[in-house]
Amino acid sequence: MLVDWLSLGSIYALLAVGFVIIFKSTQVLNFAHGALAALGAFLVASMATILQIPGRWMGSAPVWLKWTSSALVALAAAALIGLILERLFIRPMLGEGLFSVAIVTLGLDIVIRTVSNDFMGTNPRPLGFPGGTASLDLGWVVIPWNVVVSVIVTLVAVVLIATFFLSRTGVAMRATAFDQEAARAQGINVGRIFSLAWAIGSVMAAVAGIFLSVFPRRSTGVDTATAFLAFAAFPAIILGGLDSIVGAVVGGYAIGLAQAAVTEFLSNNPSFAFLGSGFGGVVPYVLMLLVLLIKPYGLFGTEEIRRV
Amino acid sequence: MLAVENLEVVYNDVVLVLRGISLEVPDGSVVALLGANGAGKTTTLRAITGLLDIHEGEVTKGRVTWNGENITDLDPSRRVGLGISQVMETRRIFGEMTVDENLTAGGYVRGGDTVIRDKVYSLFPQLEERRRSVAGYLSGGEQQMLAIGRAMMQQPDLLILDEPSLGLAPRLVQEVRDIIAEINEQGTSVLLIEQNAMMALSIAHHGYIMETGKLVMDGKPEKLLADDDVREFYLGIGGEGDGGRRSFRDVKHYKRRKRWLS
Repeated sequence: MLVDWLSLGSIYALLAVGFVIIFKSTQVLNFAHGALAALGAFLVASMATILQIPGRWMGSAPVWLKWTSSALVALAAAALIGLILERLFIRPMLGEGLFSVAIVTLGLDIVIRTVSNDFMGTNPRPLGFPGGTASLDLGWVVIPWNVVVSVIVTLVAVVLIATFFLSRTGVAMRATAFDQEAARAQGINVGRIFSLAWAIGSVMAAVAGIFLSVFPRRSTGVDTATAFLAFAAFPAIILGGLDSIVGAVVGGYAIGLAQAAVTEFLSNNPSFAFLGSGFGGVVPYVLMLLVLLIKPYGLFGTEEIRRV
Repeated sequence: MLAVENLEVVYNDVVLVLRGISLEVPDGSVVALLGANGAGKTTTLRAITGLLDIHEGEVTKGRVTWNGENITDLDPSRRVGLGISQVMETRRIFGEMTVDENLTAGGYVRGGDTVIRDKVYSLFPQLEERRRSVAGYLSGGEQQMLAIGRAMMQQPDLLILDEPSLGLAPRLVQEVRDIIAEINEQGTSVLLIEQNAMMALSIAHHGYIMETGKLVMDGKPEKLLADDDVREFYLGIGGEGDGGRRSFRDVKHYKRRKRWLS
């Protein structure tokens, strides 16, 4: 269960962080985030196993090196796709309301999913991750190295991004999210901020996509259901608060824990079988409803300041 | 020098808001732009700073020049780079960020320079005391100071203020006025957009009066303050000289504001 929790939690946290980056710097609710994650994973699969770029030119380099360079190429491609999507579909919506843009991203979600599913076909595409099945044996628990890596990557990404938002550019991004027009009036190039946010967000989505298709469900690769699975990160985002990086991580691991615990509990207690198998997958959404009822700003979200 | 030449602005392709505005802000001066609600003051500001596009506005005629260069179609961030900064109406501070972060966002185009920040804090000592507090919880006066300080982080050659006296107590209005005068003394030209004619004209070197998208009058503040119409319509004094209410029809030598929709 610990393993399930950590791997699920890391994925939710990574997905949530990418989503929060875009929201915190552009005030765009990016419903296409799950699709971007699946697309990113598919890019990795393409580069690493299908096209073997740049591995095919690397001769007898070690497998892990080939895979890592493929992954980097794929992440760069993901950033580029993020930039293009932003430029084509989000930029024209500058100055429009939150919900108009959210609807655009909903449309993007459908388009990206359809197009990438078309390329993917019906079979899962393996990512060729060279990690193998080795485990870290702590004595009282055995954790696969893959999962350890996912936790480390999550924490490092989070620290980096949280620090980034305190930097000069990060402050300008938050300013843009808070009041686009006022940010422009300060001379902040809002278009460039949007590009940057979408590039970073897409890369984060792709990183999450890799973990999503390699580790937790011990799945064989990225397939047409991946984008759908990624959607389960939304409860984590809501729980953590839409604009908090720390919240995204806490929310991610909390939702992961809840889901893993309930799944474990149900598998040990046949008397609850009437809930059906896979009820664990419903738990995040139940929690999301509760959070929205009790604490709509989430655990760490900024409450709106209203002067009276 | 900022020069606005014969500017015409249309919103949503149909609403003609500015009908040929021409004004100048010479280097080092304070120029006041006065007018009632809906006269087009803020639209003039948006045309100068480049924020018309998100309001579906468009310059259809005329141009804005800055030191001789035509900036009418320039990106807003480029204009800030050239030295034109603004303090928006209703302050528009970044309420969820701290005072310090607001200044960082303001100084973004100029790079993070602690010297400028110290200069801004020396202009607004109250802000320095509260530099770590969340800007949204500042008082109205402090927020106005922050909005001005944020713009000053851009080290502008021209500062445009849109109704800085809005919603402030008389004493704070005086304070804001003194700060504007001080900023001007330090070498920044100021275009002051105001409804509070008394406050604006007390520090301006030149004043323009706008009504329904046109400039109806301009001149030295002394001349404007002495003008009967200005006194009556903007300062609320005079007009009772002949022992009672006067018919507006008799006194105005320029076309009066005529708007029947609220």
